[in-house]
Amino acid sequence: MATLDDPGFAAALQKPYRPPIVAPGHTTASVTDQISAVVLQRTPKWWFFGFAGAFSLLMVFLVSVTWLFAKGVGVWGINWPIGWGFDIINFVWWIGIGHAGTLISAILLLLRQEWRTSINRFAEAMTLFAVACAGMYPVLHLGRPWLAYWLFPYPNTMNLWPQFRSPLIWDVFAVSTYATVSALFWYVGLVPDLATLRDRSRNRVAQIIYGFGAMGWRGSAAHWHNYETAYVLLAGLATPLVLSVHTVVSFDFAIGIIPGWHATIFPPYFVAGAIYAGFAMVLTLAIPLRALFNLEDFITTRHLQNMGKVMLATGLIVVYGYMSELFFAWYSGNVYEMFMAWNRVFGPYRWHWYTLLLCNAVVPQFLWLRRVRTSPLWLFVISIFVSVGMWLERFIIIVTSLHRDFLPASWGLYHGTIWDIGTFVGTIGLFLTLFFLFIRFLPAISIFEMRTIVPGSHGGEYSEVPE
Amino acid sequence: MNPKKANPMDSVNAKGKCEAAGVRPPEPARLDLAEVRERLRAKRGPEFWRSLDELAATPAFQDLLHREFPRHASEWTDGVSRRRFLQLASASLALAGLTGCTKQPVEKIIPYVRQPEQLIPGRPLYFATALTLGGYATGVLAESHQGRPTKIEGNPDHPASLGATDVFTQAAVLTLYDPERSQTILRAGRQGGTWGGFVGEAGATLRALQAINGRGLRLLTGAVTSPTLAAQIADLLRRFPEARWHRWEPAGRHQSAAAAARAFGRPLETRYDFTRARVIVTLGADVLCEGPEGVRYSRDFADGRRVRGDRQEMSRVYAVESVPSHSATVADHRLQLTPPQVEAFTLALAQRLGAAPSGGPVVSDATAVRWLEAVAQDLEQNRGASLVIAGEYASPAAQVLVHAVNQALGNVGSTVYHLEPLEADPVDHVASLRELVRDLNAGQVELLLMLDGVNPVYTAPADFGFAQALQAAQKNTVLVHHGLFDDETSEYCHWHIPAAHELESWSDARAFDGTVSLIQPLIDPLYGGKTSHEVLAALSNQPDVTSYDVVRQFWSTRLTAGGAFEAAWREALLKGLIPGTAASPTPAALAGGAVEQAAGEILAALGRVEQGQITLLFRPDPAIWDGRFASNAWLQELPKPIVKLTWDNALILSPKTAERLNVSFHETVEVSAGGRKVDAAVWILPGVAEDTALLTLGYGRKRAGKGTGQGFNAYALRTSNALWSLPAVQVRGTGGRYELACTQNHHLIRGDEVNEDALATEAAAERHVIRTGTLAELRHDRDFIQKEREKPAADDSMYPNYKYPGHAWGMAIDLNVCTGCSACVVACQSENNIPVVGKQQVLAGREMHWLRIDRYFAGDLDAPQIHHQPLPCMHCETAPCEVVCPVAATAHSDEGLNDMVYNRCVGTRYCSNNCPYKVRRFNFLRYSDKDTPVLALVNNPDVTVRMRGVMEKCTYCVQRIEQAKIESKVEHKPIAANQVQTACQQVCPTRAIVFGDINDPQWDVTRWKADPLNYGLLEEINTRPRTTYLAKLRNPNPLLEPAEGAEHGHA
Repeated sequence: MATLDDPGFAAALQKPYRPPIVAPGHTTASVTDQISAVVLQRTPKWWFFGFAGAFSLLMVFLVSVTWLFAKGVGVWGINWPIGWGFDIINFVWWIGIGHAGTLISAILLLLRQEWRTSINRFAEAMTLFAVACAGMYPVLHLGRPWLAYWLFPYPNTMNLWPQFRSPLIWDVFAVSTYATVSALFWYVGLVPDLATLRDRSRNRVAQIIYGFGAMGWRGSAAHWHNYETAYVLLAGLATPLVLSVHTVVSFDFAIGIIPGWHATIFPPYFVAGAIYAGFAMVLTLAIPLRALFNLEDFITTRHLQNMGKVMLATGLIVVYGYMSELFFAWYSGNVYEMFMAWNRVFGPYRWHWYTLLLCNAVVPQFLWLRRVRTSPLWLFVISIFVSVGMWLERFIIIVTSLHRDFLPASWGLYHGTIWDIGTFVGTIGLFLTLFFLFIRFLPAISIFEMRTIVPGSHGGEYSEVPE
Repeated sequence: MNPKKANPMDSVNAKGKCEAAGVRPPEPARLDLAEVRERLRAKRGPEFWRSLDELAATPAFQDLLHREFPRHASEWTDGVSRRRFLQLASASLALAGLTGCTKQPVEKIIPYVRQPEQLIPGRPLYFATALTLGGYATGVLAESHQGRPTKIEGNPDHPASLGATDVFTQAAVLTLYDPERSQTILRAGRQGGTWGGFVGEAGATLRALQAINGRGLRLLTGAVTSPTLAAQIADLLRRFPEARWHRWEPAGRHQSAAAAARAFGRPLETRYDFTRARVIVTLGADVLCEGPEGVRYSRDFADGRRVRGDRQEMSRVYAVESVPSHSATVADHRLQLTPPQVEAFTLALAQRLGAAPSGGPVVSDATAVRWLEAVAQDLEQNRGASLVIAGEYASPAAQVLVHAVNQALGNVGSTVYHLEPLEADPVDHVASLRELVRDLNAGQVELLLMLDGVNPVYTAPADFGFAQALQAAQKNTVLVHHGLFDDETSEYCHWHIPAAHELESWSDARAFDGTVSLIQPLIDPLYGGKTSHEVLAALSNQPDVTSYDVVRQFWSTRLTAGGAFEAAWREALLKGLIPGTAASPTPAALAGGAVEQAAGEILAALGRVEQGQITLLFRPDPAIWDGRFASNAWLQELPKPIVKLTWDNALILSPKTAERLNVSFHETVEVSAGGRKVDAAVWILPGVAEDTALLTLGYGRKRAGKGTGQGFNAYALRTSNALWSLPAVQVRGTGGRYELACTQNHHLIRGDEVNEDALATEAAAERHVIRTGTLAELRHDRDFIQKEREKPAADDSMYPNYKYPGHAWGMAIDLNVCTGCSACVVACQSENNIPVVGKQQVLAGREMHWLRIDRYFAGDLDAPQIHHQPLPCMHCETAPCEVVCPVAATAHSDEGLNDMVYNRCVGTRYCSNNCPYKVRRFNFLRYSDKDTPVLALVNNPDVTVRMRGVMEKCTYCVQRIEQAKIESKVEHKPIAANQVQTACQQVCPTRAIVFGDINDPQWDVTRWKADPLNYGLLEEINTRPRTTYLAKLRNPNPLLEPAEGAEHGHA
């Protein structure tokens, strides 16, 4: 994409030395061979084990949801006054995870961060699957899920529209738009690679299927021209969505009047949290993936390190959010806010809060150390901590705000039931199942984009061999 | 919706209604035996036999064979009675237009071809009748929809009601339909007994007894005030002179009767007139919400406490007690003492007022001494206008002293009066039951008839060993049990006869003041029950006499005042009472020596008290009374006032005592005394005195329908000499855990438990949830309540306010007179078809009551003030729920209601989350019982039954509003002021709730809302609630208040 005439590119040449995005010794051919081989070779044994595990979790989901639909949301631990529990916690958690993909693909693309190339494909896939998981919760959590379509503005004989003042309606639009654009973006990016697979596949059925997906891609200049235009346009479309979706999700709480929800800091704090959680999940997936498929050459330490840096930065924003919540509770002088803050720190869910601080505020500080940032093992452990921490953050926001609100007589407690856990574990199963299918049948790394950054190709930040 | 306006129908129509529903079998052609003989005489040989065959084939003969007793007799067997029920149920359903969603019965049903007079489908009728508790009547108006009673309202003309009722009365319709009620006559515990079989067997025994003047015939009933029943029993006793009539009312007024007998020489009943009392002292008594006169007392009491900006006067109330009572929650001062100390205080007060011989200081505690002086001075300054109440639970000796105190203060004849006993043939119940047990054990009982649900196996004092006596007597005695339920007692009996519910019966009963009410049926017996009158009639060789005949016949000679009987009878049924039957006060002189003896007795008892001993108090349960309502799910799920437990009782301890015993919430203990023991779970309640434990009656039942196995049996420790208070019990933790379902502060996290009450108390004070003040503050600054909290201006918003050109509904609740009795909660449940969720769901925090009563403690948790706050939907002007609903299922109406559209609700629960008052209720599961056909009958047809997944909440009884609007449209005249009443308002004994059109200055609610005491809950968050509260005021004694730190408390 970038050319030598490009002034930005010239400026990039002046940059100091950085570790390469691709390990030395690769050519365009070797990149294509190695990445497409992952899909075209025989299925490795570990894949079957992994897929079986993921699929059995998916069955847990099936059982949980069947029971849920048969009995009602009362099978969960939600109650009066805590009307939302695991359902909305998981919704926000998954939506948050679903942020990294588009951020990596779109924003980093527009910012010309070429290191994104080797991780954007599976980060986008991860986004899609996470949004698929998230998107189910708003339906599952309804008391009468068969009427979920009432949340859409469709023409009906009663002339009834949704109630547009409700943030839940904004959610419907935000999430469905995000899901649509992410899917399009992911698919458009996939087209040239599907053509590669079509051409390389020996199997007739695979050829037909990949060929179908490649939509007649022949790699002509016109194709490339249209492709580049479409991709940048979609990136432009997706960029505001990265910010808007979680902003809208945060409105679910910020619009409410419950102490602990009603806060103006929520939109930026949620977006930062989403990127934080998203990058953690990308790391959680990328680190085993590169080891299993021997893709260390493409997903290099530099990628890991960059993601670690993003996590550290967004993590600090999130911690700032926690602190500002406490500060403003005190500064407001409002008894409800002050009590809410006190209750978070000393109430019955204080251990959730302390664990949250450990996971989200303390553990990521190790990322200041270069040694940690460059160690896959350390990064993996930290990314798990962050995922847990971000789940707890949503638990804290939803449960501790609701369980002791305005009137002391209506205070209550919340515990998830086995069906709450089943549904959550089940969506993890769905996510992993989709991911295993993805890495098996589609190139997890963008082949044609990788080709642009290996030495000797026509583009790329480090086309010349460093001294 | 004013029941006065509705057309009450008399008995004739009530009967006609059932007949028209086609449930009554066709009258068989009469079989004329003389004619048959004549016919047969003319025949010979084969012809004769053929004629006999023909004769045998006639329906009349078949019918004669079929019925041992011609009318109705065969209906009582199981199969047929169920069919009768189905016919009735389906006919009712068909007429209520509900058949669309129910299966059609196979039997032919008959529509209203000739519509009974006054019956308009879709419009309810109200019948004046009465419901009894412990024998005493409360006059009610029963709302009937096409022949099925759905709701009970108080009878405004009845002295015990004045339009209000208590919780038990409200829940009566559910007991009526309760599928757990016994539905068939049981012979030796098995189905298949018949009425004929019973009458035959009992008749044979009776004939045998006739020869020996009825020796061995025993009757056991609860307290009986019914003149008709009393006359029937008297008649029976005349026929069998050696028969005995025993009485056992588990939660009756035993000690009061004993005290009156000691003080006055006869068991006079004491009544109070709160309207004249300016200073009231209660000594361990809870007169406001207990017993048959509680509703009336509450009203009179409240009238003396109602303060407005323009009526700045109120009575002063002192409560001295060991466990928090309703009266104490609305008292000005509360002194918490252990039960022996309360007795000591009583004695000291009597001594101080010169009503008892002085004999050394009996009260040494500094606070109590200060109290004594302050209370005594106040009482002396209000001679003749003061009132000291000891109540049933005080020892007879203490009650004697209180009689003397009231006499000394000149209150007798003013605030206190005495009545000759209203119970027919008053006896000492304990002695009476003891005699029965003795005779059972001695084998001197041939036939024991236990009438009207009396359940001595469960309720008899533990030292009597009633169950063993009954078991021993099984061989030689015919044991007959008659009651609504196949219970612990019927298990031992040869015969169990299902009783008819009071809403299915003809009877009569007297109210607390003696007024006689006629009880008329709203529906034919659903389960083929028999009334006591019918059982007794059957034993008098009149098995086919109905209770209607019995009652009518009894009154036919007595009810002739003002002309013809028929007119008087009709009048009595219409009004719900027989005018002029109230008992007149009787003069009572204190017996000489009684006071001295009582004082000595108390001193002696005090001498026996050892430090640190725990006194166990027994009290009737506020929800299920003595256990008789154990199967009533509305009452079981009603959060018990103050303690807020549902479905169970618990051993209630003070925080300090629990700490000393090292037990906590939900932990099991063994309570033992005198070789008897009971396992119970602990609940800690601030407001209980130290060294005091409370266990309410009625739980731990083995055969009680839905109440089976819930809670712990207090009767197992209750002995005949410790009916209400058992000294020196041992409480020992057993290390188990029993989850108790509490609706407020669930206390389920260990370690945080005790703090939760303190935390809630502190938070409530900070948040000014309950605004309180004193009368002096109000007099000093009319608007002091308004200044307590910032109130955002109504035009602060950039959006224009709603306009209400027509009505604008609103509600105000006077916290000053709310006693927390919870009648409104059950009334709301009954009116609005609110489902019962069961203990597990309450534990999960999913109770469904639209109206809840929040309880707050204030001040020192070891001796707190207690406040009640009824909390319906606030119908906020800027409702937080409305903006967040994604499908507009909750919306603002053009009359200011916050409407809930069940059909549109998808169940996101966002509205509930965003409701700062948390008044919304969600159907997490399918809570409405749609599988039990009989329970469909209890529903109000004007209110939707909600499905699972739907949010619901208080609607301000929108169906009543709409009804009034329709009426006003039809009649072309505006809705008159105060014409619309919500269910909670209508039932409130203290008139603490008022509802109406706040656009119209004629309505009471508008005046209440203009009062300087009116405030909105959480109004600083700008929800602008339409339900507002009138602040709670106290009228403290200046002698006590400054020393107590002038607590200007806010809970």
